[in-house]
Amino acid sequence: MKLVTAIIKPFKLDDVKTAVEALDVHGMTVSEASGFGRQRGHTEVYRGAEYTVELVPKVRIEIVIDDDRAGDVIDAIVGAAQTGKIGDGKVWAVPVDSVVRVRTGETGAEAL
Amino acid sequence: MDSGVTAWLLTSAALVFLMIPGLAFFYGGMNRSKSVLNMLMMVVGALFIVGILWAIYGYSMAYGSTAGYFVGSFTDYFGLEAALAPPAEGDAFPVMVDVVFQAMFACLTVGLIAGALADRMKFGAWIIFAAVWASLVYFPVAHWVWGGGWIGQLNIGGAEVIDFAGGTAVHINAGAAALAVCIILGKRLGWPKTPMRPHNLTMVMLGAGLLWFGWFGFNAGSAYAADNTAAIAATNTLLATCAAGLAWLIVEKIRDGKATSLGAASGIVAGLVAITPACANVTPLGAILLGLIAGAICAWAVTLKYKLGFDDSFDVVGIHMVGGLVGTLALGFLASDLAAEGGQNGLLYGGSFNLFLVQLIAAVGVMIYSFILAGIIALVLKATTGIRMDEFDEVNGIVLAEHAETAYELGDSGSGGAFAGVGHSARAKEVE
Repeated sequence: MKLVTAIIKPFKLDDVKTAVEALDVHGMTVSEASGFGRQRGHTEVYRGAEYTVELVPKVRIEIVIDDDRAGDVIDAIVGAAQTGKIGDGKVWAVPVDSVVRVRTGETGAEAL
Repeated sequence: MDSGVTAWLLTSAALVFLMIPGLAFFYGGMNRSKSVLNMLMMVVGALFIVGILWAIYGYSMAYGSTAGYFVGSFTDYFGLEAALAPPAEGDAFPVMVDVVFQAMFACLTVGLIAGALADRMKFGAWIIFAAVWASLVYFPVAHWVWGGGWIGQLNIGGAEVIDFAGGTAVHINAGAAALAVCIILGKRLGWPKTPMRPHNLTMVMLGAGLLWFGWFGFNAGSAYAADNTAAIAATNTLLATCAAGLAWLIVEKIRDGKATSLGAASGIVAGLVAITPACANVTPLGAILLGLIAGAICAWAVTLKYKLGFDDSFDVVGIHMVGGLVGTLALGFLASDLAAEGGQNGLLYGGSFNLFLVQLIAAVGVMIYSFILAGIIALVLKATTGIRMDEFDEVNGIVLAEHAETAYELGDSGSGGAFAGVGHSARAKEVE
């Protein structure tokens, strides 16, 4: 199994969710995140005083998925989240040792 | 007794009262979230202590019979017992109406100062400051302007000071005190390098809206009548404020590239401050011109603190002192007897230079007196009780240190803990 993590622009969440659901993925975890990559924030002005806001708001999506479907999920996320502008985000996958469904105690692929 | 006038003044008192929570929210939204409750508490704390002092001797000092030029009799209305009697024949309203209406002005004026002192002043020291400054500065200055003191008596070649609702007694007074105290208190740790962005701009706009609403009572109520003068004051309170908000946004658009909501809220308050002394003595077009000038000048004045290096956190100086000066001095040019029948004219309406001169003397007199007295009070407190929070408590958040609370409980994580009982400080001690 793989844990696919995606950092995307917040307004792209709905598009990504729709694209991933079309692949028959049963669940995802979404959290608010902030950080910077090449985008390096923006400027805000309060009563003439300029602040550089370096940490940009993003959404983090996490999906645990079978090894053979991880590639499709990553492609779907990238396809849906892309605007071509700086700050579109990153997607990566890491191996997962074990998964347990809390309600039933099922493990491995059964738990997804 | 005139029940119409009495009803309007009681209504105005309630309107002015609403400015106090309005002010607290206007300032509080500009705080960082870790210190917002402290700002609300500073404004409310000033209200508590000044309200009580007003009843004990404040009203008497401000409106008692004048002993010379400086302060009213301490005993005329001591404890307000002399204000309990029904109005004398021929009086439009009971004395107690004046007491409660003007009580709101006193409480608000002291609260204004808090905006310069965000995040870093010991709460106890602030309450003592509020009590002493009200006693030594606000009550006498209110007497100078409205109670028969030297500003009210000033007369140069027939020109007399115009301060309809408190440009000198309220705004220049509070602004000058704020400047003195914020210099003595020192800058917030990290200011101006560390970003200290307003944590809730909707709260700022809500506060500005409440201030504007209440200000109709502040200005139109100051007519002490439900008449033409009150209506002119109310209209000008609308117009000057619209103009100042617009002017502030134009300055921002040109200078910073964007018109901001904080700029709009700030322009609103700048316009309200500037029209306060002038609301019954300028024409509607004069009010618009005054608002435009005040909005533009204050939008520039709030950047001065970065050049001069004093941490007037939410621009009490840049908006209240400067706005008060603009309104008070502009009367020397814009006052018109078209608005105030039988009133004085400024230079633009064929009046003499003397009006500007008396306005200048009143403004500078209040400014210097308040600045010096506030500075002395703050220095004495600094040497005795201390006025500044510990470094750790300031960085960690003054709300937790001074009030043992958290302003916002958002979400489920981090909200756990244990109930530690009622009526003692076991929990607080444990945390220490």
